[in-house]
Amino acid sequence: MTTTLTRPSAPKEGRSSARSAAGRAARRAARRHRPGYFFIAPALALFALFFIYPLVSSFIQSFQSISGGETSWVGLAQYQRLFDDPLVAQSLFNVFLILVIQVPLMVCIAIALAYILNQSWVRFRTGFRAIYFLPAVTTLVAYSLVFRVMLATDGGAANQMLGMFGMDPIDWLNSEGWARVALIASITWRWTGYNMIIILAGLQAIPAEQYEAARIDGAGRWAVFSRIVVPQLRPVILFSSITSTIGALQLFDENFILTGGGPNNATLTPVLYLYKVGFQQFDFGYASAIAWLVVAIIAVISVIQFRIMREKS
Amino acid sequence: MQTLRRSPLYVLLALGAAVSLVPFLWMVIASTHTTAEIFSTPMPLLPGGELWTNLARLQAETGFARVMLNSVLVATLYTVFSCIVSAMCGYGLAKYRFRGRGLMLGGVLLTMMIPGQVLLVPLFQMMASVGWINSFQALILPFLANAFGIFLMRQAFLDFPDSLIESARIDGASEIRTFYRIVLPVARPQLAALVIYTFISQWNSFIWPLLMLNSEEKYTLPVALNTMVGLSRVDYSGLMLGSLLATLPLLIVFLLFQKQFISGLMGGAVKG
Repeated sequence: MTTTLTRPSAPKEGRSSARSAAGRAARRAARRHRPGYFFIAPALALFALFFIYPLVSSFIQSFQSISGGETSWVGLAQYQRLFDDPLVAQSLFNVFLILVIQVPLMVCIAIALAYILNQSWVRFRTGFRAIYFLPAVTTLVAYSLVFRVMLATDGGAANQMLGMFGMDPIDWLNSEGWARVALIASITWRWTGYNMIIILAGLQAIPAEQYEAARIDGAGRWAVFSRIVVPQLRPVILFSSITSTIGALQLFDENFILTGGGPNNATLTPVLYLYKVGFQQFDFGYASAIAWLVVAIIAVISVIQFRIMREKS
Repeated sequence: MQTLRRSPLYVLLALGAAVSLVPFLWMVIASTHTTAEIFSTPMPLLPGGELWTNLARLQAETGFARVMLNSVLVATLYTVFSCIVSAMCGYGLAKYRFRGRGLMLGGVLLTMMIPGQVLLVPLFQMMASVGWINSFQALILPFLANAFGIFLMRQAFLDFPDSLIESARIDGASEIRTFYRIVLPVARPQLAALVIYTFISQWNSFIWPLLMLNSEEKYTLPVALNTMVGLSRVDYSGLMLGSLLATLPLLIVFLLFQKQFISGLMGGAVKG
């Protein structure tokens, strides 16, 4: 659409005066739009240098073995290695657990909270909203550290609270199951309010007449929620789910600080594994292959989520 | 009566609020006690008197003032330049029809979909080869072109009436002047949101600075906090104070600019 506007229409052999006038006008228009290049130039240069070039470089390196200054082409063997690597499988399993437990849990809580805090009769609405959103304001490293200290086995705040109810202390960060629980709990703490605010904005876009119409038709509260609110919220829920999914697949800060990926790699994620392979073992080729595996998984999951949401609507 | 019937709901809401707040309160309490006090039974529930000694120790051990200054410096420079690049590019894409515009727009969308981790290895190699390891420009430059920011600004400029731009041109204003004086001021709310979003993302940035920085005097907050964990005897109360100081600026910005803050973090999620 835009190119037809800018491309100066080439004068055909007929060359009527009207046509060349149109051509002149188009050329003038094209000249007028030329400053556009000036405005995008900085971004374009930065993208080319720091995005396109590294992207291509990473793709090429994922087929290479780079160690000790020696670079050799290993082709698909690098990707074969991914399939044979138990740690890749482990990190994908860990992230899969988070995807099927944490993301739905968090999105559901966020929907419920947003729905409640959108009711005009709820007192202190704005106060509750601000408080629930507050965790989204913390630095990832800082809140991970706070959780790490709170979850300390001896004398940590979490275990002391359990002690008040007469329960035995839990070895949060050093047992595989509890470490995963701890990780899921911290991510949920950090992101639920954030998703609640996004969903709340979506709720406020629903016209009030729709609720009234439904009520006049005798719809109960649950019917209004499931038949009117949820369908209208679909794009927003999709946005929340996709960004949370992508976020989970890229998880690094939290588990790096909380557990370092342990115990027994129970909280190892693909990005943490990439970091270890690339920057502790300096196997850049293999790290690149892991990176592209993450890209592929994110692409596939995004497409699937889009499909599911579209089919339902 | 109504309120009474609904009281279970308020109990639930209050419980949720407590869950949200407790880590903050605990961070404040912990940062005013000694490490031994933090882990003693029963744990302290009120602030103690160790804030200043913790602060002095934190400064002595990690040069925390310097770390804070580094974070402010890097985040500010990054925010200024990144927002200029985003606003310019967004304007170019919104208001000019040049060849390759569609391609550029598609490229911007693509960069939003590709996770940044793919770039870690090649960017690291790039920075190493030009000798920029342990430099602030290595933290700032590679991520200046921010796809999300460009997109946000483009959306903001799309609605701006062409006729106003046209009349500025007829009055003889240069393209840059038109942009800077006429168009940009109208997009102030979106720009404010972008400024906040950009600042926070740089303030929180961890994995890249972790890879780039290797000397204490260049550390940013998250990296400095992380190295404190690596010490043989972890100074937990100092760590909690550091976490508090790292969070405080964001808390203040949040309380002052709640609206822009939230729209900055959400960025076009709903408007799409």
